[in-house]
Amino acid sequence: MSATQAASDDVLIARIAQGDRLAMQVLYGRHHVRVFRFGLRLVRDEQVAEDLISEVFLDVWRQAGKFEGRSAVSTWLLAITRFKALSALRRRKDVGLDDEAANAIEDTSDDPEVAAQKKDTSDALRKCLTSLSQDHREIVDLVYYHEKSVEEVAEIVGIPENTVKTRLFYARKKLAELLKAAGVERGWP
Amino acid sequence: MMAASKKMLDQEPSEIEMLLPWHAAGTLNARDARRVEEALARDPELAKQYAVIREEFAETIDLNESLGAPSARAMQKLFAAIDAEPERKPSVWSKISAAISEFFARLSPRTLAWSASLGAIALLLQAGVIGAVLMKNQASTFQTASLDMTEKNAPITRDLGGAAPTRLLVRFTPDARVADITALLDNYQASIVDGANGGLFRLQFGNSAIGKNDVAALMARLQKEKIVSLAVETP
Repeated sequence: MSATQAASDDVLIARIAQGDRLAMQVLYGRHHVRVFRFGLRLVRDEQVAEDLISEVFLDVWRQAGKFEGRSAVSTWLLAITRFKALSALRRRKDVGLDDEAANAIEDTSDDPEVAAQKKDTSDALRKCLTSLSQDHREIVDLVYYHEKSVEEVAEIVGIPENTVKTRLFYARKKLAELLKAAGVERGWP
Repeated sequence: MMAASKKMLDQEPSEIEMLLPWHAAGTLNARDARRVEEALARDPELAKQYAVIREEFAETIDLNESLGAPSARAMQKLFAAIDAEPERKPSVWSKISAAISEFFARLSPRTLAWSASLGAIALLLQAGVIGAVLMKNQASTFQTASLDMTEKNAPITRDLGGAAPTRLLVRFTPDARVADITALLDNYQASIVDGANGGLFRLQFGNSAIGKNDVAALMARLQKEKIVSLAVETP
């Protein structure tokens, strides 16, 4: 995101704090797709993800006056989205699943072996990215898709910066293991 | 030379190795980006790992882009909820804050750069004035402003026949500006002869001594000045 857009986001938030509905529409138009995709990758349910974005932007409407501008508006939005997504996950029936159990289920349904049989590395990689645990998925998405820095990821996820770095490293290592299991060798590790 | 990459993944990854994904995304600061570039140039294993990361990076973007967008229902739901919220009366502070944000957002980068440059020049000028005042008063050849008792605005000092001029220790308030201090010195026909030890300046008033009562009156008058927090006799 450019510095100009970040500054402009701050202006929109200031207007929203005054009850400017049009500013809210502009901010929504600018960010709702990314917020939706981040939420969807976490909750894996389109309906829930759509509900999430309404909740996230309603929070923005209510809390805009408290936004201090210490981080980018997009970072703030993703932090709210993550919080709401995890709350939604906890409310769901299968909340008791730990990462390992979740991975086991998804490995079967996503079936990376099929992609590997086709020798389609790209397809296999995409399926394995989907098979990562929630912790690993979110950090991969935040860094690669949402272009967040180490500091911003630390703020969104609520962990120290060093943990951000090691977590992404081990997410990548897990991805390599999944690909290897699917018969795809990439030369690392 | 120790390789930046670790062949054995059981070992802890190196710092550079961990920064590779951010390098691929272009979100590292200039210093770290340079460190990573240098490491990539000298370590083929690290370069191989970086190629793998770029592949992951591209696939993650494709995967996210394939997720589509939410339906219009989400927006309708949001604005219905907003409409149901109690009407908000903006506070004065939030109005001011919004106006300030908007003002700076409207400025072009060039205008902002010019403003910053002008601010820097103003700061330099201010520093120059302060320096000049201090340098001037440190010199032993210091001379007070002329003291003409016949003028309407006659100074509050008077000649007692060659005795040492009156000196007081004065502490200025933290928000006192150079212009305020200079004006005060002019008004009192005073000059800084020493300072600022412990925030106290030694001021000389006129070029001749004054009586005890006048000194007391002078101190009282100084104490009433907005920019003076303390005025006492020199020990």
